[in-house]
Amino acid sequence: MFAYLVKRLISGALVLTLVSIAVFLLFWYGPSSPAQTICDRETSNRCGDRIEIYERTLGFDNPVHEEYLKWAKGVFVGRDIQIASTTYECEAPCLGVSYLTKQPVYEELVARLPATVSVAVGGAFLYLLFGIPIGVAAARRRGTVADKALVSSFLFLSSIPYYLFALLTWLYLTVLWEAPYVSDTGYFPITDNPAKWFAGMFLAWVALGIFGCTQYTRYTRGAMVEALSEDYIRTAKAKGLPPRAVVYRHGLRAALVPVVTIFGIDFGTLLAGTIFTERIFDIDGIGYWSLQAVQQKDLPVVAATVLFSAVLLIVSNLIVDVIYSVLDPRVRLS
Amino acid sequence: MTTTPSETHAGQAERPQSDGPILEVEDLSVTFPTQDGPVTAVKNLSYTVEMGQTLGIVGESGSGKSVSSLAVLGLHDAKSSKITGSIRVAGTEVVGLSESRMRRLRGNTVSMIFQDALAALHPFYKIGGQLEEAYLVHHRTASKRDARRKAIEMLDRVGIPQPDRRVDDFPHQFSGGMRQRAMIAMGLVNDPSLLIADEPTTALDVTVQAQILDLLQDLQREFNSAVIIITHDLGVIAETADDVLVMYAGRAVEYGTVKQILTRPEMPYTWGLLSSIPDVAASTDARLIPIPGNPPSLLSPPSGCSFHPRCTHTDKVPGGLCSSQLPELTPASGVDHVKRCHLANPELIYRTEVLPEIAPDLVEEIR
Repeated sequence: MFAYLVKRLISGALVLTLVSIAVFLLFWYGPSSPAQTICDRETSNRCGDRIEIYERTLGFDNPVHEEYLKWAKGVFVGRDIQIASTTYECEAPCLGVSYLTKQPVYEELVARLPATVSVAVGGAFLYLLFGIPIGVAAARRRGTVADKALVSSFLFLSSIPYYLFALLTWLYLTVLWEAPYVSDTGYFPITDNPAKWFAGMFLAWVALGIFGCTQYTRYTRGAMVEALSEDYIRTAKAKGLPPRAVVYRHGLRAALVPVVTIFGIDFGTLLAGTIFTERIFDIDGIGYWSLQAVQQKDLPVVAATVLFSAVLLIVSNLIVDVIYSVLDPRVRLS
Repeated sequence: MTTTPSETHAGQAERPQSDGPILEVEDLSVTFPTQDGPVTAVKNLSYTVEMGQTLGIVGESGSGKSVSSLAVLGLHDAKSSKITGSIRVAGTEVVGLSESRMRRLRGNTVSMIFQDALAALHPFYKIGGQLEEAYLVHHRTASKRDARRKAIEMLDRVGIPQPDRRVDDFPHQFSGGMRQRAMIAMGLVNDPSLLIADEPTTALDVTVQAQILDLLQDLQREFNSAVIIITHDLGVIAETADDVLVMYAGRAVEYGTVKQILTRPEMPYTWGLLSSIPDVAASTDARLIPIPGNPPSLLSPPSGCSFHPRCTHTDKVPGGLCSSQLPELTPASGVDHVKRCHLANPELIYRTEVLPEIAPDLVEEIR
């Protein structure tokens, strides 16, 4: 088990290195120049020859591998970053400073994390809370009118593009119906005012929860239908167990394995930032931040958010595999 | 079908309704509605099983042998099956019995062990846990520790070495034979009056098969329970059964003691089954003769005798009776031996035509 974890962590580190190189190269050879953008912004669009100062201080006249190594070294020991005539201190783990705010990217990332975690945890909680029981209920009534109606209506819901669904949720609830209490969406720290935090997050959770619930209902239903047709379910019935024990202790226990697998990956992606949700419900989290960074050509922020997503995916994959081995005793990690 | 008088056994007095047979199936039919029309998997089946007796049910896949036994446990979904007739377990009618009362019977008075124990045991729970669960559901006042002790005791009884240690293993950590032993232990944990073993040895290799069958017989003697063994293997029948019920296309086609069925069968389908088993002791002249054709579709069963399209003896019955009229179960030559066949002199045909083909050395013996 320990050896397995070490192996996975090493391979994860390798993946991260490759991802960081890829992101770095994309920007370096990309069609638009971050130096131009930042120069225009800071000289009120009278950049002209001063572009050279920016290009030199940002390192764009150096060989790409030198700059990458400089960046990578900064991640571990920190470094000073010069943009034009100003030098910014960036402590380890240094992911650079934002070209826009001149703040160390890592600090901004950490500052935005609570908002994203709030969205992800609340949304995931809702869709599991509803998705799994509804899926189980549908599987138990497989083939009945109720099951068919549920499956087709959920299929309809989940075939709506998510951004449209979230946008409509927002539009109807806050603008048209002016739902009381929850219309002022956004992130308010839970430590300041839990009630306000809840109210601000509520609609984002509802949008994410309903949408995710349709998918998790389908996953759960599918896994349950399969589990309930297994021989060991017949054995459980033949023992004289009550239906509740047969369905939950024997059926759901087995059906949960694939659902947990999907959930692990899903949740990692959610934590990496839910761009649409955060944008639409005005939550200043990592998703929203990465969107802005792309629009503003804020290279260090984009690199950081991509890397952050990669870290989350690697970690959530690893956690899923470990949980998998706990849930299914036949799986031994090696 | 007639009821053979039951032998008296010690300990039988503790059983419910000890004087009657433990299982009486009467005129049982099981029909499943499908998209292509109703499928009658079991038709007008009747049989009885006495305490301490072993009934072997033989037949091909789809002959209704498993379906009829699942009906005894009430394991058919009421919404997707129609069951008529009567099944009495220890005197209690189970057709139409409420779910909750049925549950008290399942795994308690009647229990079932299935083929392929790897699939039939839950892969995520420890062997011991699954045995404890089976025990606790019918012993609500028992403690977890009692249940565990019982689980270890049962594993020990079915011959699992170091049961106190293996009780915490998962099914995949057991070998195939041990899994089937554990399955049997689970079936017997509540000391059932009737144990239904649905192809208990099919997934096992031959040496382990023999061990499992021996075990089942030992336990049957020990627990004095009635056993139904469902199989397509006449070898298993020969080794374990007292009475044999041969099923074809959902119907009983022959019934008798194991000796009658194996030595003086009177129904061509039984002949076919006997012809298609290899015998290591037989002379090298003996031929293995498969039954031609395939089991009939239950959606549109053949007219007359279900077996007639595959029967090689229809020409001996005058007037095309085989394809037009369903033969009744009629007494055969032996006592309580019945067969469903139009042939007038099946004994003679078996002795002169069938036996010389499959076991020439036996012809003399039988005479």
